[in-house]
Amino acid sequence: MIVTRELTKRFGSTLAVDAVSLDVREGDRYGFLGPNGSGKTTLVRMLLGLVYATSGEIEVLGKPVPKRVAEILPEVGALVESPAAYPHLSGRRNLTLLDAAGRGGRRRDRGRRVGEALDQVGLSGIDNRPVKAYSLGMRQRLGIAGALLRKPRLLVLDEPTNGLDPQGIKEIRELLLALNAGGTTIFLSSHLLAEVEQLCTRVGIVDRGRLVLEDDVENLRALTGRVLLDTPDQDAAAAVLDGQLESRDGERLVIRHEDPAKLNALLVEAGVRVVSIGAERRSLEQVVLEVTGSGSDRFDRRPA
Amino acid sequence: MIGVELRKLALRPRVWVSVLLLCLLPAIVAVFLATADFAPPPGQGGAFLSAVLANGSLYPAAALALVLPVFLPVAVAVTAGDAIAGEAASGTLRYLLVRPVGRTRLLTGKLVALAVFVVLAIVAVVITSLAVGVGLFGSGGAAAPGAVGQAGGVTSLSGASLSSTALGLRLLGAIGYIVVSMLGFAVIVLFLSTLTDSALGAALGGLAVLITSSILETLDSAVAIKPYLPTHYWLSWIDFFRDPVFWHNIDKGLLLQAGYLVVFFGAAWANFGTKDITS
Repeated sequence: MIVTRELTKRFGSTLAVDAVSLDVREGDRYGFLGPNGSGKTTLVRMLLGLVYATSGEIEVLGKPVPKRVAEILPEVGALVESPAAYPHLSGRRNLTLLDAAGRGGRRRDRGRRVGEALDQVGLSGIDNRPVKAYSLGMRQRLGIAGALLRKPRLLVLDEPTNGLDPQGIKEIRELLLALNAGGTTIFLSSHLLAEVEQLCTRVGIVDRGRLVLEDDVENLRALTGRVLLDTPDQDAAAAVLDGQLESRDGERLVIRHEDPAKLNALLVEAGVRVVSIGAERRSLEQVVLEVTGSGSDRFDRRPA
Repeated sequence: MIGVELRKLALRPRVWVSVLLLCLLPAIVAVFLATADFAPPPGQGGAFLSAVLANGSLYPAAALALVLPVFLPVAVAVTAGDAIAGEAASGTLRYLLVRPVGRTRLLTGKLVALAVFVVLAIVAVVITSLAVGVGLFGSGGAAAPGAVGQAGGVTSLSGASLSSTALGLRLLGAIGYIVVSMLGFAVIVLFLSTLTDSALGAALGGLAVLITSSILETLDSAVAIKPYLPTHYWLSWIDFFRDPVFWHNIDKGLLLQAGYLVVFFGAAWANFGTKDITS
């Protein structure tokens, strides 16, 4: 769906994107992660033909960008950075103008298309209030409606849940899952790990313009070969485990062991009370922190 | 795209406010003229002002002379400055471009919308000032003492009398000429609008061009470049009210504005078409 090869963008002396080779496959829910200022937005803009690459190649839907971007974009829905609308017009009017601005789609069906998109994001009951009176969450929903307007095959969303409350975030997540189940590929750029962890099947992680990791979430969240055990009888447990105990953190013990079920049986047999037990998985946060440095919004003093 | 741009123009309260303000200035002047009931001596005040007391149907020409030097270019600069920079600042530019709307098509749509705005503004000024003029000064039937008008006709600047059809045609010609003059200016501001994300910056840049041009116009040592200044032939629309119409400067003015249109629309296209949209 999206392939980039050695994609590089330089703004003056700043290297915003540095030789990034992405591979987003059809049907993916791809999470594009990275600290603030790591080049996510610049890359998204390059995919959409808004920013021209300094070097490297981009293919979206099998066609080169920016050369054939006019054929690609009708099948792509996008939310870039923040939603935007004409503040003095209503949400419905904004979507109608956006629909009318481009080619394709019959004029007669315009009202229905706009209605469907508003319905999908939960704004179907919207009145004629101008967008300037909208809350942040409503603007975000309107932005997503704009991206869905043309029933795209590929959705490119930059921080789509920005400004939404927990209920709204869940709604949008369910919407995206449903769209993906219907065959829409989703490319989601975010710095919110929880969002990506709950939604995505695949992640790419950028740091300072470089793609430092690209893998299936399944692989990243692999078992670590350790079991986490919460118990009030720590000493008794330590005696049973005999050398398999790696560390102790308050009530929690970290034990090198492959099978929590077996371990549980062993502990219970020895009369150790178990509050909770489970296999340890790497969290996406651990993975990300391992492979990235601090974001570029942090400026430490250089060591003398 | 053009339809969308026109709808955006029509839905924008600012557009209507600026048109209203443009119409207001001639109306205010007319009220003062009517209440004072003596004409400014010929050569003082705006063009045509001394003649309109005799015949109100000449007032549209006087109104155009009033708004042309400053007010109309300001309204045009504000609208043209907003064209691309305003979309960029509000973030809607990126959504238009990924919709997708081709960059050339967007720029063309903006230029057409600007042309419509200029026509709309000028026609509004002409219609309201005609109504105000005829309402306050009559249509020439009651000639004021000492006025140059003769009953039933309007005197051209050259002294010969004009029928109302001839006057109408000449007025249309003048409107067309002013529209073209304003477009030549608008396209300069449109180009500036592609350079920046600040609509205000682009509009002020346009006004700076206007003022520079007016200053150089008065400077004798700048005589070599005067024929190429954007404002140089702006006032030649008055030549439509001479008898016979004095085409010499009108032709040159049209040619000059066509040059500005081609050069600056080309520059706007070249810049906007290759620009990274980071707003």
